[in-house]
This record gives sequence, structure tokens and C-alpha cells, in this order.
Amino acid sequence: MLSLWLNVIAGGVLIGLVYGLVALGLTIIFGVMRVVNFAHGEMVVFGIYIGYWTVRIWDVPIFLAAAVAAVVMFVFGYLLETLVVKRFVNRPHHYQFIVFIGLSLLFSGVLLMSFGPDPRPTASQLSFQTVSVGPLTLDWARIQAAATAGLLIAALGAYLKYSAFGRSLRGAANNRLGGLVVGLNIPRVYAVTFGIGAACAGVAGALISPLFDAQPYLAVDFTLLAFVTVIVGGLGSFGGALLGGLTIGVAEAIAALMFTPSMKTALPYALLIIILILRPRGFFGAKDI
Amino acid sequence: MQRTSDQASDTKRWGAGALVFAALAMVGGMSNAYVISLLTIVLLFTFLGQSWNLMLGIGGQLSIGHALFVGIGAYAVAILNIKYGVTPWIGLLLGAVIAGFVGAVLAWLSFRFEVRGIYFALLTIAAAEFARIMFGGWDYVGGMQGLFYQAPSGTMDLGMLRGDARFYYFVALALAAIGVAGTELISRSYWGYVWRAMRDDDEAARALGVRTFRHKVLVVSISAATAAIGGGVLGLVQGAIFPDSIMGMAISVDVLIGPVVGGLGTAFGPLVGSMAAIPLHHAMGALGDSLGLPGLNSVAYGAVLILVVWFLPDGIWPAIVRLYGAIQLPARGRISQLRKAEE
Repeated sequence: MLSLWLNVIAGGVLIGLVYGLVALGLTIIFGVMRVVNFAHGEMVVFGIYIGYWTVRIWDVPIFLAAAVAAVVMFVFGYLLETLVVKRFVNRPHHYQFIVFIGLSLLFSGVLLMSFGPDPRPTASQLSFQTVSVGPLTLDWARIQAAATAGLLIAALGAYLKYSAFGRSLRGAANNRLGGLVVGLNIPRVYAVTFGIGAACAGVAGALISPLFDAQPYLAVDFTLLAFVTVIVGGLGSFGGALLGGLTIGVAEAIAALMFTPSMKTALPYALLIIILILRPRGFFGAKDI
Repeated sequence: MQRTSDQASDTKRWGAGALVFAALAMVGGMSNAYVISLLTIVLLFTFLGQSWNLMLGIGGQLSIGHALFVGIGAYAVAILNIKYGVTPWIGLLLGAVIAGFVGAVLAWLSFRFEVRGIYFALLTIAAAEFARIMFGGWDYVGGMQGLFYQAPSGTMDLGMLRGDARFYYFVALALAAIGVAGTELISRSYWGYVWRAMRDDDEAARALGVRTFRHKVLVVSISAATAAIGGGVLGLVQGAIFPDSIMGMAISVDVLIGPVVGGLGTAFGPLVGSMAAIPLHHAMGALGDSLGLPGLNSVAYGAVLILVVWFLPDGIWPAIVRLYGAIQLPARGRISQLRKAEE
């Protein structure tokens, strides 16, 4: 019994790291630009398809597929920001939200057109390999995904903390006007931020491509999951996104064990409602919206 | 002087509205089945759009979970009708009361704890999704298999709110007319001014003595109750409801498209927007099916939303009004010049 619980919790922690990466993308975009990327789930699904095709065509290990997804999605996010999102950054919140709902409809339509509604089973050899450590038996695919996600989160954290660009990004997040005064290139910071956010979503998608069947309809679930994760941790907080991801991953795994599978999907929302009501800014949320 | 011109433009507005709805009634009398069923959906979403419009366009609270209230209304009607044989009229009333209560609780909880703006919008999504999943796992309401209550063909019973497609067309038309007139009346009432004041500046409204907290709860609750009525009728028209179809994100998005495209906060906007967007959605869906591109309607919706916010942020209807005003302006300009000359 104890080993069952340990296994479930370990599985939750592993997938929670990937959720954390998805949420990190959303939270970086929000923290710097104050826009909520409602099309985040679509970006995760783009990542899943990129992972699926890269592995299928070149038969490379999953972390190389993730690298491909990172590059493609960074460019995608950068272009999307400079071409579209930029024009709405200073509009009222509800207009931004509506534009992003539009983008999400647009992307999910494009996904449907390109790949059709049917799920593509991505199960490879990798999906069935397991590793035993003491009482734990873990998916090899999950371990790889979690390890890559964890490394990336750490690298991104260090980059934002110590690099010159990271400093300007945090400066823009803290005080946009102040950033302009000291000569930050705010448009470029915003474009790169959006690129990084999209890349986080894409990489997370590629990493979980062996675990989820690629399917356009997954997008809504991932968007909502990212919202829940981010709100639980606090919108705009780096550590909060990670903590939120781990919380949701573990809570989901436990709910699936204790209750019915439908409880597993409902639990994040219940958690979100409770947290929004008790602690509206999440664990480490930004003071102001 | 000012007053009479206001009254004149008032009569003009109500007259124009009555003309539009009379024309729609004639369309309903003459058109074929396809047009009737499409326009029924357009009119129902006009009404639902009005309910959403009341909340954001006038009250300033963004909801992306209106499917919750739509679903509550539809389920109240369906369950009372199927399980207890109660007339949908009672079901609509009960659904409105329940949804109004749920909306009030949600608003009370979140505004009490300063959950506002984006956080409130996310809370509405979470509540709707939570309810959708719960209804999917709840056997009493049919679970994922949903509920079927198609009217037997040939029935026509106003007391049970049952009839053919044309009957529902006129029900939807009546609802849409009530929605447009109601929005117009509310937005000119005391509440309308209070709500717009708190939408534009919460603190200033409070400083003037408006209890904005109560009014926010009130506007959310009224919006929720009216959405439930629209949802109850939508369920009757479809004849079958499933948690994923009546409480899903897609409904929440469909509800907001009409007012956003037509014009936020205006009485006619949701009608104009629904008239423009929903037929486009259907046409693109049909085109996509024939071309083998299943996502085309979704792409069209997304593109329309982005383009409208980009180029016509106030929506189509205010743009039309401005255009009309610009044509009339020269005459008015002359009159005011004359007046100035007299002085």
C-alpha cells in the first residue's frame, strides 16, 4: 500500500515538473507583458505535434525533439508578438482576453485542418519502458520528460537572474515606465518574452508527446490546466509556477487513485476555486493586476 | 428644446427597433426550414449575448464561463420536464432562480475577497468547467449520455412550450426583442447609470456613494438568470443536452461573439453581431466540410474576433451609427452655426 502511494506521488511529481514548465511560459508572459495568453494550450499542442513528427521522421531521443520544438516555437512566439499581440498590449484587459480567445480559435482550427480530429497514438518503445528504484517503478518517458523540464526550468531561472537580458526582462516586468526611462528596448523585450513563453509551452508539449496521443482537442484542457497551475502558484511568479505545477501534478495523481477518473479532471478546477477564494493572488502572486 | 429633440430621437430609436423585429417576424412567416433554424439560433444567441453584454458592456465584469448559467437553465427545464412532467415555463423560472443564485454566490465570494478583472474571468471559467465535469459524472442528470426530450412531431402547445421549428423561431424572436428592449431600458434606468459608473471607475463611483459591491453582485446575478432562460430555450430547441455541448467552453465563446462583434454595451450590438457572425460560422462550417477542412469555421470565428478588436474595437453597430451620423452631420453643423450667428 505504501509503495503504491509512493509510486503515485512520484508519478505526480514527475508530470508536475512538466506542468510547471507549461505554467512558467504563461507566467513569464503575464509577468512581463500583463497579458493572459489564452492560446497557451494550442502552443502546447503545437509542441506535441512537433515532438510526434520529429521522433517519427528522424527517430531521435525525446530531448532533441524538445530542442526542435523550442527553436520553432520561440520563432513562432516572437513573430506572433511582433505581428499581432503587440498591437493589443496597451488595450483594456477584456479586449486582450477576447483577442487571445480569437487566436486560440484560430490555432485550434488550423490544427484541425492540418491534422484532422483523430488522435494519433504516439506510443513508442519509450512509452513502455520502466525503471525501478527501490520501491518505485517509474515510466522512463516520464523520467526523461521531468528531467529535461527540470533542467530547463533551472537554466531559465539562472538566465533570467544573471544575464543582462534577464535583468532587463525583470526590469520591464517590475516597472515598464522605469524601463523605458533607463533606455530598455521594451518592444524587443516583449517579443523575446513572448517567444520564451511559447517555447516553454512547445518544449513541454514535445516532452509529453510519448504520453499523450496527439489530438487538436487537447488544447483547451492544457490552456485551463496552465491557468489553474499559474493561479495556484500566483500569476507572474516564477517559483509559484513550479510549485503550482507540482501541486497540481500530485493532487491529480492522488485524486485519480482515491476517486473516479472524472474527479481527476475536476480536481484542478475545484482547487482553483478554493484558492481564488481563500488566497486570490495564489501562493506568490503579483500584488497588482 | 433639448428635451423635445431627445424625445424625438427616442421615438425614432424605438420605432426603428420595432420595424426591425416586425421585418424579422415576416421573415419567420415566409422562409424555408434552413433559414428558420439558423435564424432561431441567431436570435437565441442575441438574447444570450444581451445577458453577457449586461455584465461586461454595462457592468464591467468579464465572464468567460457563461456556459455555466446556460447549462443550469437547460438542465432545470429538461429535468423538471422529463422526470416530473412539469411545464418548461416553471423550468425556465426555476433555472433562472438557481442560476441567479449561483451567479450571486460566485460574485459575492470573489468580489468580497477582491478577486477582480482577469482573476474573476478565470474563476468563471473554472466554475463552468467544474460544473461541466460534475454534470458529466452525475447519473441523476444523465451523465455524459445527456438528456433527450425532443418534442413529438406535430405538437403545438404554448402551455408546454412545445412546437415545430417555426414555433421556436417566434419564441426566440420574442426573447431577442425582450433582450434588446430590456437592455435599452436597463441602461437608461438608475441601475444602468450606476453600473456604467462602476464599470468606468470603481473608486469614483464609491466616492459618490454607490455601494459598488452590491451592484456588482446584482449585475452578475441578473446576467446569470437571463442566461439561464436563454439556455432553457436553447435546450428545448436542440431537443437534447449533454454537459459537453451545453456547458462547454464553446458555448461561453459563442455567447460573447455577438456582443463583441456587434458592439459592447449597446442594445442593438448583440443582434447585429449575431446576425453577422453566426451565419458566417455556419457557412464556413459547411464549406469546410465540403473541402474536408474541419477547422475552417473555428478559423473564421477566430479571425473575425481578432479583426474586430483590431480595427473596430467598439464593434460593428457603433461604426454604422457613426457613419450614419457623419452623413447627417453637415445639416446639424449648419443649424448650430445658425444658432451661433443668432446669438
